[in-house]
Amino acid sequence: MQTPAHAPALAAHRFGLGEPRLDTIGRDPLAWVLGQWDAPQAFDASGLPDGAEALALTRAALRAVNTPGPDNDRQALVQANQRALQRRWAHMVGTATPVHERWVQFWANHFTVAATKGATLGVVWPYEREAIRPHVDGRFTALLRAATLHPAMLLYLDNAQSVGPGSPAGRRRERGLNENHARELLELHTVGVHAGYTQADVTELARLLTGWTVEPGTGVARFVPARHEPGDKRVMGRRYAEGPQALDAVLEDLATHPATAQHLAQRLVRHFVADTPPEPLVRAVARRCADTGGDLRQTARALFDHELAWQAHAPGKARTPEELHIAAHRLLGRPVGPAQRWTNALAALGQPPGRAPSPQGWPDTEADWLGADALRQRVAWAVQLGEQAGPQTDARALAREAFGAALSERTRTEIERADSGAQALALLLASPEMQRR
Amino acid sequence: MHTSSSSPIVPAAAGWSRRRWLQGLGGATLAASGALRLAWAQGPGMRGRCVVVMLRGALDGLAAVPAPGDPQWAALRGPLAEGAEAPLALDGFFALHPALRGLHGWYGSGELLVVHAVASPYRERSHFDAQQLLESGGERPFALSTGWIGRALPPGAARAVALAPAMPLALRGSEDATTWTPTRRAAPDDDLAARVARLYAQDPVLAARWQQVRALPVAPLADRADAADMAGEGDAMAPNAQTSASPRAVGAGFAALATQAGRFLAEPQGPAVAWLELGGWDTHTQQGPRLQRQLAALDGGLLALRAALGPLWADTTVLVMTEFGRSARPNGSGGTDHGTAGVAFVAGGAVAGGRVLADWPGLSPAQLHEGRDLRPTTDLRSLQRALLARHLGTDETRLSREVLPGSPASARGLWREA
Repeated sequence: MQTPAHAPALAAHRFGLGEPRLDTIGRDPLAWVLGQWDAPQAFDASGLPDGAEALALTRAALRAVNTPGPDNDRQALVQANQRALQRRWAHMVGTATPVHERWVQFWANHFTVAATKGATLGVVWPYEREAIRPHVDGRFTALLRAATLHPAMLLYLDNAQSVGPGSPAGRRRERGLNENHARELLELHTVGVHAGYTQADVTELARLLTGWTVEPGTGVARFVPARHEPGDKRVMGRRYAEGPQALDAVLEDLATHPATAQHLAQRLVRHFVADTPPEPLVRAVARRCADTGGDLRQTARALFDHELAWQAHAPGKARTPEELHIAAHRLLGRPVGPAQRWTNALAALGQPPGRAPSPQGWPDTEADWLGADALRQRVAWAVQLGEQAGPQTDARALAREAFGAALSERTRTEIERADSGAQALALLLASPEMQRR
Repeated sequence: MHTSSSSPIVPAAAGWSRRRWLQGLGGATLAASGALRLAWAQGPGMRGRCVVVMLRGALDGLAAVPAPGDPQWAALRGPLAEGAEAPLALDGFFALHPALRGLHGWYGSGELLVVHAVASPYRERSHFDAQQLLESGGERPFALSTGWIGRALPPGAARAVALAPAMPLALRGSEDATTWTPTRRAAPDDDLAARVARLYAQDPVLAARWQQVRALPVAPLADRADAADMAGEGDAMAPNAQTSASPRAVGAGFAALATQAGRFLAEPQGPAVAWLELGGWDTHTQQGPRLQRQLAALDGGLLALRAALGPLWADTTVLVMTEFGRSARPNGSGGTDHGTAGVAFVAGGAVAGGRVLADWPGLSPAQLHEGRDLRPTTDLRSLQRALLARHLGTDETRLSREVLPGSPASARGLWREA
């Protein structure tokens, strides 16, 4: 059972991104967590390419692949991605509202877009800023709509290429339906795979989604009537008339479906609290989500305000490589440095940035992240960082200040017995307290 | 159903397939495998080695192993039936994708069995549920949280290694399974390793994993480019970056991983089972060129595996499987959507190959599953069971009750001798 003494450490590490000193959290950890929704630290995107610009850079770079000569277009895209990543990580390392930042990252992963196909090589980070970040505190419907209709998602899940077979374009160009986006919209983004929809629902939703594509010239999402499948569509028992308005209607229906609240609550509790989500907590979060029409701020409140969120759930969540890397930099007060170095480090730990293995996003359980080989990589990472930062860090004090009452006697002892400052820091970074949250 | 051009696995061989079986036997490279098998046996009932290759993303079985002999074939597949290169002939009814040249050679030498119209018990179309079911060996997704290989491994006697960044579900459930990926970092020194072991003493999961780390083979790869490719650090700008989606291997990286798997298995006290995975099969768009690359990577990797196994190939079996097939008709983007039955490959030195095993369901609209997918007629679990029974000595009762509950009996006749 969780003792109140652990609450500041849980606030800092389980819900946040790690704090070098727990005393910055104050006397009321819950208030510290919930207060982050009042004034989340804004992301500074100045000078970074937006989605449309990133798509233009991507197109130029892809054209250049087959052109002889110096590859300036390609370099431009690589640099744009690295600038965006550097800014993003600097924000996450420096933010005063890390719990809210985790909230943003949760939703970005829920609505995964990955740079794993040519067309999406440049848009993952603009997508996060444009489709996810501005919408995570409002209604889920708005977030769902922003994610669904962002060019990055339309390209990633192939809806940009899907054409109604009975539409003028479909009859003329012999192109047709692609049901990838429709399936993931149901299975991953809204109601979940066990909500009882059928293959016919997937096909009908794919027909409904036809016409929503990315305009080649401008790189913006738009509805092209000539590609839209004529006629009514029927998705999960509801009928939608032909036309662009059907998308808003079906997204509203899916976003407010009871199965969606349940699905989102399950994923949220698994992410923030325990690999095996405590049922009463899932129910409470799902109920609040449903009762408020998908108000995400209220949903967050239901999660963090619940007693079960503040209890220990053995063996504890595994930090993902990116969380681990960010937490270490926050603890050590280290600047981010060149983005390429982080990218290499995270790839070695099994989480290459922006390249989630599937539309399901990065996995979220210990079994996925703490296999033997992964643990070897993590300890090697800790040793390397220990060598870099150990000599100028007092790992004993850092462990005390960053983990407080949550620091185990075992970890404290091993750090104290280390044969050097570098080894002491390596042990702190490798410790269960640091690897888990 | 039309069965004359193919042979069912489980029922006694019909006349046609009997003939094919004998031909396969005659054409096989009959290496002197008996003595080797004994030398490599590891425990009671165990023999040789096995390798499972998981193709994540759902390979289009009708593209990998086309059925031009089916009267519906050309009309149904439309543009996907026309390749730049002609398929490689198998038995006159089925053919092999032209990128699978190495496998075609194995077919000719009787070391490759093609199993078509095969599927797990899963009948929906979610990758994630299908993979969970295929790897767990359960009857419903998420009914089991350990895997069919993990549950079958005899404790202490057989080890399994996954050449993958995270422990695949199929191997979970055994303390004798481990994972391996190439690393450019040195192994921790003994002093630090002991300190970390003490650090983890009160965290049972980390303690057990750390013990495995210390037992892990350390085999840094010579080729740094391969290592980078395997670690997912491949060139993000490559036009085919679609396939280098994850830490999972592609292309040359897959061949390097397969080579490493072969080396592990070939060690005298090496693991009994290796698990490899290759992603990038979710071909919703422009399937033609993508499958050309993907299948070439698979083919090259399997050849590399065989080369690394050396004489051990004579008693190694490779099972190549994927979570489901794809829609029989192309979609509107030159690709295919999620489907049901697909293809599996069984390869190895002792395999009774040179045959396509299929109770062929046909491709006319009425013969398709839900009017859109190849209909499953063979249960993939019968292949999984046969593999475990032969190589790990798992008995049929355990297979039925614990390892692959609810599955049909092991497929018979997969190897040249019983």
